[in-house]
Amino acid sequence: MSTLVTDSALSTAAPDVMHVERVSSLRVLRSEWVKLRSLRSTAVTAMAAVALMVALGWLFGWGTERQWSELRPDERASFSAVDTTLAGYYLAQLAVGVLGVLLVTGEYATGMIRATFGAVPRRLPVLWAKGALYGVVTFGLMLVASLVAFLGGQQLLGPHGTTLSGDGVARAMVGVAGYLALIGVFSVALGFVVRSTAGGVATLFGLLLVAPTLGLLLPASWREHLLPYLPSNAGASFFSAHPSADGLSATAGLLVLVAWVVVALLGAAVLVTRRDA
Amino acid sequence: MIEAKNLTKRYGAKTAVDDLSFTVRPGIVTGFLGPNGAGKSTTMRMILGLDAPTGGSVTVGGRPYRQHAKPLQVVGALLEARAVHTSRSAYNHLLALAATHGIARSRVTDVIEMVGLQDVARKRAGGFSLGMGQRLGIASALLADPETLILDEPVNGLDPEGIRWIRDLLKGLAADGHTVFVSSHLMSEMALTADHVIVIGRGRLMADMPMAELIAQASSSMVVVRSPQAAALAAALTAADVTVSRPDPGTLEVTGLTAAEVGDRARDLGIALHGLAPHTASLEEAFMEMTRDEVEFHATAPTGHTTLRSAS
Repeated sequence: MSTLVTDSALSTAAPDVMHVERVSSLRVLRSEWVKLRSLRSTAVTAMAAVALMVALGWLFGWGTERQWSELRPDERASFSAVDTTLAGYYLAQLAVGVLGVLLVTGEYATGMIRATFGAVPRRLPVLWAKGALYGVVTFGLMLVASLVAFLGGQQLLGPHGTTLSGDGVARAMVGVAGYLALIGVFSVALGFVVRSTAGGVATLFGLLLVAPTLGLLLPASWREHLLPYLPSNAGASFFSAHPSADGLSATAGLLVLVAWVVVALLGAAVLVTRRDA
Repeated sequence: MIEAKNLTKRYGAKTAVDDLSFTVRPGIVTGFLGPNGAGKSTTMRMILGLDAPTGGSVTVGGRPYRQHAKPLQVVGALLEARAVHTSRSAYNHLLALAATHGIARSRVTDVIEMVGLQDVARKRAGGFSLGMGQRLGIASALLADPETLILDEPVNGLDPEGIRWIRDLLKGLAADGHTVFVSSHLMSEMALTADHVIVIGRGRLMADMPMAELIAQASSSMVVVRSPQAAALAAALTAADVTVSRPDPGTLEVTGLTAAEVGDRARDLGIALHGLAPHTASLEEAFMEMTRDEVEFHATAPTGHTTLRSAS
């Protein structure tokens, strides 16, 4: 009890001797982990993402097998056993994105952000820690979800299924988990930029769901120059076993998606340090 | 130690804090007093680096808050608006803050007990009453045993026992050599807690003096005298440092003399007195007088003229 680190003893308020360390990236990361695991909404939304991934994968596996005899030849030609059982990503990305936005905007809405920035007044460590932590957690969770969706889905596909050692299977699963993790980091950055849950979720849905569909109305010459660069299409070009022919190459797709994330993070970094909390 | 130099904050055309300079010293409780909307919270947020000043600067312990390696050990703050995620428990809230500074779990439990929240520490903070919320805010402020404490309206929503507890806590912290800076819009509360007072109105410094001096100034004793020979008495009493006014023919208001001195003088002159009463302006009156022109929103007077008066 003789390791007094504080430069002022506080007899009325601190009966115990206490130890206070410098704020570091690792400690901010730990703090964000405490925050992440201590909200029920986090667990619920994360489980929803996992459930969507698994349930849809199984559903599509089962449905495809039942309808196999009625598939047209072109449908059979473009069929991918991996992609079919990983199709749940389409809805899982919404859960992942909403949670990413909420992790940040929830703090702004409740005023928690003032406590957070009071403890870490340099602010940027909070942005990096939230983004990194959520990216890693999403990757891990979604990798497991993809595996479960895939294995179950292949069982249900029966003779049309493939195995883990199948061509492009491992890449597809790691790719989907990576895509969702990057969407997660992007949403965290978006949350810091927009600061309101409604605005963040609307922007996210606009980008992931509306833009790819709306883009189809553009003249063909514009379409082919714009659509492949949307986050969802860029992602599909690297995790899909049978990517669409007019998309980017896998490497280019990954780079484009990473660029979206980096730009969002940089924008968030500038705004977070400049704006009043 | 908090030092503000020409601190200014503008929001568009509105100036919330206007060229404010002051020093908050350790070892005493410094009250930060002003009507609602005077710029107290904005000033406190600037001290904590939450809001960036438009002009000037403010340091805590010699440097801007942002530049400290262990910020929670430098300043513990309770801000007026709640700064807690409503869905998280008090324990996890404190644990998350503690983690940024490598503070042990045992300290989290300690501060929870210190503020008396042990029974509800595992419940979601969103369900807390105003008073429990204030206690949680104080627990966060004390977490890293900071040198300086900044509390924005800490007694808001507290019951009398809670108010007493805060008062004793702040005095105890100051006695131990901490810097304690506490805001309030209630003069009466400050009079009981603060040793020194900084008064602002419309973002501008109105007064920066020891509480005792403010009290003395406020209660600059006026003596109300009633006498059938008021005119004669007035003539006899008037001197260099004594002011006498005569609101009506039989009444004098004397400043600069005590009631005893006025009575003795009247006896020496053989003047009859029908009334002799010291009148002490309350601190609240002194405060209102001081900030009268600086209140942002005046209630419309019965005569209907002042609503939004610009500061003179």
